[in-house]
Amino acid sequence: MATPEHEESAIPRTWRKPPFIANPLVRYGLLVVLVAYLIWAFGSLPFNWERISEGLPRAARIFGGGFPPTLSRFDLLLTGFTESLQIAIMATLLGVLLSVPFAVMAARNIAPLPIYLLGRAVIIISRSFHPVIVAILFVAAVGFGPLAGILTLTLYSIGFVGKLLAEEIEEIDWGQVEAMRSTGAGYLATLYYAVFPQILPRQVGLSMYQLDSNLRASAVVGIVGAGGIGSTLMNAFGRYDYDFAFAILLVIIAVILASEGVSGWVRKKIW
Amino acid sequence: MLEISNLIKRYGRDEPVLKGLDLTVEGNSVVSIVGASGAGKSTMLRCINRLVEPTSGSIKLNGTELVTLRHAELRRARRKIGMVFQGFNLIDRLTVMENVLAGRLGYVNLFQAITRRYPAADIERAFVLMERVGIAHYANKRADELSGGERQRVGVVRALMQEPEVLLADEPTASLDPRTSEQIMVLLQSLASELSLPVLINIHNVAQARTYTDRIVGLRHGTMIFDGIPSDFDKDALDAIYGGIEAPEDEPAPPAEEVHDGHA
Amino acid sequence: MVDDADLLADRVWRRHNPKQQLIRYGVMLLTLMVVVWAVRDIDIFWPWVWDAPNQISSLGARMWPPDPSRLGEIVDAMIETVHIATLATMLTIFIALPVSYIAAQNTTPNRACLWLGRFILVSSRSVNTIIWALLFVAIFGPGVLAGILAIMFRSVGFIGKLMGEAIEEIDRRPVEAMEATGASKAKVIAYAVVPQVMPAFFAIVILRWDINIRESTVLGLVGAGGIGVILQGSIDTFAWPTVATILIAIIALVLVGEAITGLLRRKVL
Repeated sequence: MATPEHEESAIPRTWRKPPFIANPLVRYGLLVVLVAYLIWAFGSLPFNWERISEGLPRAARIFGGGFPPTLSRFDLLLTGFTESLQIAIMATLLGVLLSVPFAVMAARNIAPLPIYLLGRAVIIISRSFHPVIVAILFVAAVGFGPLAGILTLTLYSIGFVGKLLAEEIEEIDWGQVEAMRSTGAGYLATLYYAVFPQILPRQVGLSMYQLDSNLRASAVVGIVGAGGIGSTLMNAFGRYDYDFAFAILLVIIAVILASEGVSGWVRKKIW
Repeated sequence: MLEISNLIKRYGRDEPVLKGLDLTVEGNSVVSIVGASGAGKSTMLRCINRLVEPTSGSIKLNGTELVTLRHAELRRARRKIGMVFQGFNLIDRLTVMENVLAGRLGYVNLFQAITRRYPAADIERAFVLMERVGIAHYANKRADELSGGERQRVGVVRALMQEPEVLLADEPTASLDPRTSEQIMVLLQSLASELSLPVLINIHNVAQARTYTDRIVGLRHGTMIFDGIPSDFDKDALDAIYGGIEAPEDEPAPPAEEVHDGHA
Repeated sequence: MVDDADLLADRVWRRHNPKQQLIRYGVMLLTLMVVVWAVRDIDIFWPWVWDAPNQISSLGARMWPPDPSRLGEIVDAMIETVHIATLATMLTIFIALPVSYIAAQNTTPNRACLWLGRFILVSSRSVNTIIWALLFVAIFGPGVLAGILAIMFRSVGFIGKLMGEAIEEIDRRPVEAMEATGASKAKVIAYAVVPQVMPAFFAIVILRWDINIRESTVLGLVGAGGIGVILQGSIDTFAWPTVATILIAIIALVLVGEAITGLLRRKVL
């Protein structure tokens, strides 16, 4: 084989992969920043090594106590789940209904500027807070129990559904709105006839998604006292009832998987 | 020298795609393989470098039996078989040079491969070959910034980087416009003689097969029904190969793609 | 396509319409029944519900004006929160990548690995961060380690699942080409898989970091470090003006986090 090396060529050339970041100063600078950050972060975080070192025997005790999980207090578990389901259903219903006015407020194309800013602010604030923080505030305001859970998840749904719905409204076919206006319809009539029909299919799909999402979240907000299976779990943990706690955990996982499947199936059917 | 004897390939329990093929290719001859879609051209080529596992038969490259090789032995054998693909099969997000050097992956160790620290001889060879096909100035461009013809040149250079003892080209021009595909055929033809390399080309375009290759092999339903020089490839031969079959304009994707991705 | 054509045929259309209508009413009735059941059966003392607006506004009034006297402490806790989110995200990468590799159909070494990978992903995703935190606080005691581990254990499922999908969606052809050069499996991955999933990888990690910032603000409520510890303490001592300051700080942090992720997305992708 006549190797190409024998062909006429210049001095042996070199090639190096062009670096990911062209500027060497930025390249090495980023590396230094990263290392410095890691040192700072690990150095400043308060690790309680003494307590951590007890972790393994504790883990053994917890898992030892947790296996096999027991369903001996099945009625308690069932009550918790029923409550979670009720919280999720009511919060979804309220949240999906209330998200409509907020979405209208937060859609730039149909809301006047001051209203728009107010609507956006409500949505941004309700999205900034983790539901657990909202839950703890509602528990402080209205006491322990499912009411706090419903209020929390309603707010959570308004934030999530409201944002997506507002984006949907901003992308509607504007011709239908103009057609309604040209017939002399008022603002509400225009909304009702030209805007809502366009966003309805999306809203139905979102409701299913939100029901699934609220069911998950209801297991969590209970940990700070807002009712549902989360409260049952927290109680079991607090009483060192690890076998019951693990049983609850397994059932939560199973229910979440099932609900994810059902919600996905329904959304596929609708679309 | 490539010797294929009694090659059979059958997917599952269906009728075999290849029914006992025999083919010997010597020296620096350019052999074109023609046939309708589904005649087994792609499967045959992929059996040679074992991207498709032959069901039975024997394939020998310069005396080495390829069909029975396993793992590291198979990889070592594959280094000696260059392949050029219909869809170029470049790594779009890497540079042209990295794509070209990827042809050396069978030779360098993993550390060299990951850090792109290839031996100086490889880099020199890459530049020489890229100059030969006229893409050296693109070395540090991303592969997806090139045009189709340029991308196929990268594909050819990558295959040549392997220092192959045989070059397989699976519909190398099917994704290119007529002018560019002529250029690629000229390139393959001249490289074969420059590097004294046997080249097997699956091709649809019978006119190009006649013009640029020394020998034409015709497949139909997994059986070889023509083997001869282009001047013997007459109307009868053409009818025998394509007869009763719609002359295909668009070749479906090769088997590997059909299985793994529908968006090809 | 053929089905559509059938549906368009008049006969089929008419036959299906009443059935669809029936399903529609059935679903509505079912929804109504479920809602009625939920409202009647739930364990709520209704007078409290009517009193709730008063209670909420009175709580709001007690929060005003926000008390900035513990701002220094709050900022420190905020930095700790960011550290937890960032370190946990970084460390997660090292676990999530191998898991996504074995959980992707086209790269997994064998079926046992595939199911192991999927099991890890599902169990990680099904347990919420705060429940993971509960578990790790019980094991390692209150503190940032429990928080970091909780965020990590939840993020593995998230990053792993999305990366696994990215790996499954790669273009097969470069893989074939690399195999044809005689490259070993590791080299094929380095050349044909890694470059293809790189953009998805950055996008997923940035997205998860953003989520983790939010999640790490609540870890402290179960004792796993960060701003939540001070929040819980202030609520327990009814220091509502401080609570208000913390809430404002959390909004600020989340907005800054969103701005940074937006910037990173534009720069990196």
